[in-house]
Amino acid sequence: MDRKPLWLLAELTYKCPLQCPYCSNPLDFAGPRFKRELSTAEWCRVFREAKALGVLQLGLSGGEPTLRPDLEELVRTAHGLGLYTSLITSAYRLSQERLAGLKAAGLDHVQISVQGAEADLSDEIAGSASYRDKIAAYHYTRELGFPLTVNVVLHRRNLHQVEALIRLAESLGAERIELANTQFYGWALHNRAALMPTKAQLAAAWQVVERERARLGTALEIVWVLPDYHEQFPKPCMGGWARAYMTVTPAGEVWPCHAAGRITTLTFENVRDHPLDWIWEHSEAFNRFRGESWMPEPCRSCPRKAQDFGGCRCQAFLVAGDAGVTDPVCTLSPHRHLIDAALADEHESEEWTYRAAPASRALAAALRERT
Amino acid sequence: MIPRLHAKARLQRDEVRDRDVLLYPEGLVGLNPTGAAILALCDGARSLADIVTTLEQRYGVSGLEGDVAVFLDGLAAKGLVLYGP
Repeated sequence: MDRKPLWLLAELTYKCPLQCPYCSNPLDFAGPRFKRELSTAEWCRVFREAKALGVLQLGLSGGEPTLRPDLEELVRTAHGLGLYTSLITSAYRLSQERLAGLKAAGLDHVQISVQGAEADLSDEIAGSASYRDKIAAYHYTRELGFPLTVNVVLHRRNLHQVEALIRLAESLGAERIELANTQFYGWALHNRAALMPTKAQLAAAWQVVERERARLGTALEIVWVLPDYHEQFPKPCMGGWARAYMTVTPAGEVWPCHAAGRITTLTFENVRDHPLDWIWEHSEAFNRFRGESWMPEPCRSCPRKAQDFGGCRCQAFLVAGDAGVTDPVCTLSPHRHLIDAALADEHESEEWTYRAAPASRALAAALRERT
Repeated sequence: MIPRLHAKARLQRDEVRDRDVLLYPEGLVGLNPTGAAILALCDGARSLADIVTTLEQRYGVSGLEGDVAVFLDGLAAKGLVLYGP
């Protein structure tokens, strides 16, 4: 079996001008673990090693990747290697000149988030006045000839806007819109009670998606990321642990996905200490849940194991306290009641904590105390 | 009918797996040598008939039209190939 990675997500920095309460970055992003960012030369080495290992798709993400002044140089290097490069940005203060420079450097694709279909809600969720910059950047992106993805994380507060969001993406001439129902890791797990959608909201939004897909065909690809708590069976997370995907964090740790760093029972290696191919092939963290031999029941004897790979290891750790058990989303899991309890726990008035450095430092201190 | 690659898609050599691939936003299609040869001829100038003739001459065979059309239609259904006049 081809066990070489195809995808690399490069989280260039955890600094971000937005404060979205569902952010997938670690709760302790502002802590010492992520402080010493990789240099330009170190990132370029990571890209070369990734390409030699089999990676073809590179996501340049964060935090906010445009805060790195060397972004153009990183894109130029990645493009020179033949990687397909996607910029995953909030577009805050992103000028036409900067985008033109990135185009000249060889950037292939731009993905810009939006938090709601109009300024008031979008800015409230983002915790910063950013909607106007986003709309401007969408237009620059199209004018420069980039393929454009509009990305929206969906939750209780914006699911009613799905139709307006699709119309917005259509009017902008986007290639894709990603309607990503919140996955509960990082800040989203911390804010779960405030973000959790109702069944009725999801059903209404899904109806819109089906109708709009029929109307738009290939003119606009509508990606619907399943709200897995509301499903019967787990998602095939990352297409299986350490099969095709890896994330490099701002300070060089390598994870099998962008949430894996929270699994405290694994040790993650750093590109400063080891070549990427060694980490992929030989590190303990990448091998622990590779393949099927780690699987307990009910996965071990389940015909679905080749389809969903036992679900998500991070979710097993975060919800059930053990990364080595069946994803608790699965209705066959002995821990499913924990998911059902979260679904039943609908506090309409629940407030969220914005993703910001002071809150991150406080939460990091609380986490340390607990462990 | 002139097939061409959508601007978002790019042909790329995948040395590690010894094949060509078509890369596009958040995805890729692995190509066999025939698929790669077909796409390399989709330059926005050649018609479908020209592409078929070129391939038939190159490989010394006939009757490729159906296979080429099925291959390109598959990519068109994914929005990766466009047909022009």
